[in-house]
Amino acid sequence: MKIFQKVGLAVLVLALTAGATSVRAQETNQVEQLQKQLSQMQENFERVQREQAAQISALTQKLGEMARQQSAEAEKKKLETQLAAELATTMTNEPPSALAKTWTPAAPITVARAGSAYMNMSFDTMMVAGGSTASDPSAQLQLGDHDPQKNGFSLRNAEIALDGAVDPYFKGFANIVLKLDKNNGTEIELEEAYAQSTSLPANLQVKAGQFFAAFGRQNAQHPHTWSFVDAPIILNRAFGPDGLRNVGAQGSWLLPLPFYTEFFLGVFDGQGSTTFGFRNVGDADALGVNRFHGRATIDRGLRGPQDLVFTPRLASSFELTDQQTLVAGVSAAFGPNDTGANTGTQIYGADLYWKWKAANAGEGFPFVSWQTEALYEVYEAGADATAATPLPAETLRDWGVYSQVLWGFKPRWVVGLRGEYANGNHGAFDASDEFRGERTRLSPVLTFYPSEFSKIRLQYNYDQGEHFGSQHSIWLQLEFLLGAHGAHKF
Amino acid sequence: MKNKILSILASLFFAASAQAKLNVVATTSDLAAIAKEIGGDKITLTTLAKPTEDPHFVDAKPSFILKLNHADVVIEGGAELEIGWLPALLDQSRNEKIVAGAPGHISCAKGLPLLDVPATLDRSRGDIHAAGNPHFAISPVNGRIIAQTITDGLAQNDPANAETYRANLKTFTTALAAKMAEWQQALAPFKGRSLVAYHDSWPYFARDFGLKIELFLEPKPGIPPTPSHLAEVILKMKEENAHVIIVDVYLNRRTADTVAREAGATVVPVTQFPGGLKGTEGGYLELEDYLVKALAAALAEKK
Repeated sequence: MKIFQKVGLAVLVLALTAGATSVRAQETNQVEQLQKQLSQMQENFERVQREQAAQISALTQKLGEMARQQSAEAEKKKLETQLAAELATTMTNEPPSALAKTWTPAAPITVARAGSAYMNMSFDTMMVAGGSTASDPSAQLQLGDHDPQKNGFSLRNAEIALDGAVDPYFKGFANIVLKLDKNNGTEIELEEAYAQSTSLPANLQVKAGQFFAAFGRQNAQHPHTWSFVDAPIILNRAFGPDGLRNVGAQGSWLLPLPFYTEFFLGVFDGQGSTTFGFRNVGDADALGVNRFHGRATIDRGLRGPQDLVFTPRLASSFELTDQQTLVAGVSAAFGPNDTGANTGTQIYGADLYWKWKAANAGEGFPFVSWQTEALYEVYEAGADATAATPLPAETLRDWGVYSQVLWGFKPRWVVGLRGEYANGNHGAFDASDEFRGERTRLSPVLTFYPSEFSKIRLQYNYDQGEHFGSQHSIWLQLEFLLGAHGAHKF
Repeated sequence: MKNKILSILASLFFAASAQAKLNVVATTSDLAAIAKEIGGDKITLTTLAKPTEDPHFVDAKPSFILKLNHADVVIEGGAELEIGWLPALLDQSRNEKIVAGAPGHISCAKGLPLLDVPATLDRSRGDIHAAGNPHFAISPVNGRIIAQTITDGLAQNDPANAETYRANLKTFTTALAAKMAEWQQALAPFKGRSLVAYHDSWPYFARDFGLKIELFLEPKPGIPPTPSHLAEVILKMKEENAHVIIVDVYLNRRTADTVAREAGATVVPVTQFPGGLKGTEGGYLELEDYLVKALAAALAEKK
């Protein structure tokens, strides 16, 4: 520091002498010039001083840091040896005292405060009141398992949802659904229970357990996120009342592309009613014979990997503008079915979702969204000579589409309209098959969200079917959610 | 020979790491603005939420999955600010570097003393936040702490540029301190004055500048205004001589205008996000500048 000051002073003196010589030369603006030079010199001097000071402080800091690092390292070593020694001696179990200290019986118990529990818990109940011109709406109109089941009141979805990190490698999810049957007895269903990997390389992700197949848009969504009271007709026809879900595993890969593209491949056991068009023996008739599409079924069992259900899917997303997003996907499902020894089922689907949301959206409103799915199913039905009217081996082809537009016109209010059409080729058993035949449905809906945790929904269905003519239904739904509200996927 | 190879490898490694900038994704533009001050040209920065939209209700768009998949670091507000959309994105991002708890996951609420932490969790009192009020970044006092948090996070993820980040922090905090004195001076004449807000997202700002923002158009957080509640607010405004109503850009301006007419008050559009209003695009300091000026002007209208 001292040296720099001396140098600075010397420079200053030099400058002054230089200034002095110029005094003799020009007398007129000598003072001005001198002052200018002086201030320049002063500035230079100060700058040098500042720079040096900064350098010195940086060096001091670095030195300090190095010293600290060294001492920290020494400290860590010491601690390590100490710990090693302690661990080597027999461990004694001391009663944990932390709980006793922080909690007193008088203090309120808060369960599942964010970040304070190992898992998030929620309980979501949806009930419906309403009626239909059909005496038993569940017979032909409302085929979904979460749909309103009867005229009057039904409660088909009281769902306990659990999720959390299992460990650094997995996240765990479970949905346990309680629901009331037609006699208001309680049914229970393990809707989903699966683990999902969090740390696989190469943009891979694996999930395993019981879960909804990644097929199209709505199949994997829980009723809580649906925009209508009931499930689309074609989804019920292709996947049955429960949607396509089963025990199995799924791998997915996020492709290294400049836009979002993900490839999914699911492999499922494929047995039972939740893989509806596959190894599903169907429902028992009056004589106790299991039938599906009218055919007596055989329980094929699993002979090898070829009897599993495979579900590939490819989905992409594009930001059309700052406020518009598009997601498009194609899906398929392949597997054997139980109406013959060598019969199989193939289902193909295409889906499209578009959403506009205002740039200054408050609470997510206003928005407009459009969702469309089209499905095509090929079901190789086996012959059944024992049926009341013998049924031949035939290929049943079903197709259908639904398209829905929703408009969140002001915070908490959404109005929507869904149009649906489903049909298929002619089959020998069609007359008594509620899952086949031509059908059209039009459903306007109005939803009011008192808060994020509740909703009230009013929906009207105009239903026109080959089997039942024209029917009208009106449903009023109430949903309420307790506990953690999980993040929604797009 | 061995040493030579090692040194070549080391220099190659450092060359590679020097070229690749740290890829930082911020959830909201206020955090992004602070990250930009700290990271400078050593980072590439992406913001997820638009500055004009409600940060609680951002769509978890698939394109965000991709952005997070590529990220080295994610900067979030935390304290449930992004609870409705970020966790689903992180789950799908398959990026171990940025999952909660990883070094690449910088949560700005950490280390901040949060206000309004509820003693009991009871949603009949509205959409409360279990961890406390998450609208903390608008307070310059908190801004300084957030800058420190972000600096520590960036330095940990990119030790090669740690010195630069620390130097940038110093520059930023110096500028912030100077500005803070200016802002406090500008708002000093209005100390203790009562303002009305649409939503309770300004307690930290009020604390910093000695303002009183305790009247809200919403009867409870997240519950829209009702006529009876608004009538109460108008009476209280007269009682407390409150004549400024602040409304975030994504909230209903019409309600505020109605109340303003009845109470003889002025509506001041505000934002907590750089870019949320015209004139706030510059960055964090510019945003605070804008707010202080707008509030001082509105408060000075009537005494």
